[in-house]
Amino acid sequence: MHGGFSAYLRRDLLLAYRRRGEAASPLIFFIMVSTLIPLGITPESGRLAEIAPGIIWVMALLATLLSTDGLFANDYQDGSLEQLLISPQLLAMPVLGKVTAHWMVTGLPLTLVSPLLGVMLSLPQEGYLPLLASLALGTACLSLIGAVGAALTVSLRRGGLLLSLLVMPLYMPVIIFGSATVQSAIDGFVWFGPLAILGAMLAAAVALCPLASAGALRLASIN
Amino acid sequence: MPNTSLLTVERLCFERDDCNVFEQIDLRVNAGDIVQIEGINGSGKTTLLRLLTTALQPTSGTISYSGQSIDLCRYQYLSDILYLGHQPAVKMTLTAAENLRWMTAGSSACPETALVAVGLAGYVDVPCYSLSAGQHRRVALARLLMTDALVWFLDEPFTAIDKQGVGFLENCMRDHVKRGGAIVLSSHQDLRLDGVRKYQLMPHTDQRGL
Repeated sequence: MHGGFSAYLRRDLLLAYRRRGEAASPLIFFIMVSTLIPLGITPESGRLAEIAPGIIWVMALLATLLSTDGLFANDYQDGSLEQLLISPQLLAMPVLGKVTAHWMVTGLPLTLVSPLLGVMLSLPQEGYLPLLASLALGTACLSLIGAVGAALTVSLRRGGLLLSLLVMPLYMPVIIFGSATVQSAIDGFVWFGPLAILGAMLAAAVALCPLASAGALRLASIN
Repeated sequence: MPNTSLLTVERLCFERDDCNVFEQIDLRVNAGDIVQIEGINGSGKTTLLRLLTTALQPTSGTISYSGQSIDLCRYQYLSDILYLGHQPAVKMTLTAAENLRWMTAGSSACPETALVAVGLAGYVDVPCYSLSAGQHRRVALARLLMTDALVWFLDEPFTAIDKQGVGFLENCMRDHVKRGGAIVLSSHQDLRLDGVRKYQLMPHTDQRGL
């Protein structure tokens, strides 16, 4: 059972599957908003290509943020979170399972669909692989960091805005190195550097964020 | 093994926002005991149960399990207790059987049999969003049939349950204490069971601002 990791991963994936419409909304948001960019700015491919990496990354960040709110909220409302808090296993493992499920439902589909948006925004050819790689690592970071914010705001009825304010500063390094990975590939530089930093951030986030979320959930249960 | 003290609460105090919810609670729960916590609304019944299940940390005082402080045997203690709170912890999009299987992961008992026993025979594979509040409670109560936990903490277990359900629950509790388990519950109802010990929670008079 790995201390509840796989059990929670499977349950949250099943729950997301049962509510497919809700689970798909970040992805639909990501695609819809990105299609507005050529309409709102310019359909000219040269100018779009310049801003494409940044745009795709900002949209991915907002789409992830949109879904982070509900990470623990449902469990809090129906009492499952209370049961989790008094279960004997280490709290961080179920939390990591839930975050992994969240990433598989939001970050992973966003990553897989991003080449399509690359085409729409005239992303130069050499940018596709770095885009996929950076989004795969980066969205996992976003889910993990978001979990800390979601855990801190879980007992607030309208915690959505506060959650954004809390996690936005922590998202900044991710988006900086994420879009830098794609940009350096387009500019013809070696793109492994920024990607390696993203990987390091992910490693740190995997180690620290579940513990921080677990602590924050314990705090929330006091109220 | 009668009269083995399972749970000992000594001088338990809890403060919330610099205001005492209650102070100096002393309580002993032996194997085979049913302890009913009584008190007016807001007297801290749920708080006391949540303290006993470690969901809350007491301001001072100790809770011991089989003579050992629960901070020292946390894993053992949490493995041996079962808590049913106000919320039934039922997932609306899962079926009754899926919910129960999830809540009792690791138990060898069959969830379908337990659901039939609590009167949900036709609803085993029905998603819980189409069940009523009382039926949600019954799904949660079915856990009692499947658990090996020694100490049960039940917070208002009779809420939203019909008369037959109350009778069933009382039988369940009777069987559990016969097997040497213990139950701590909060309820306003009088139980039709023998040997229920009542613990009266006094509303705290020292209110804030005075």
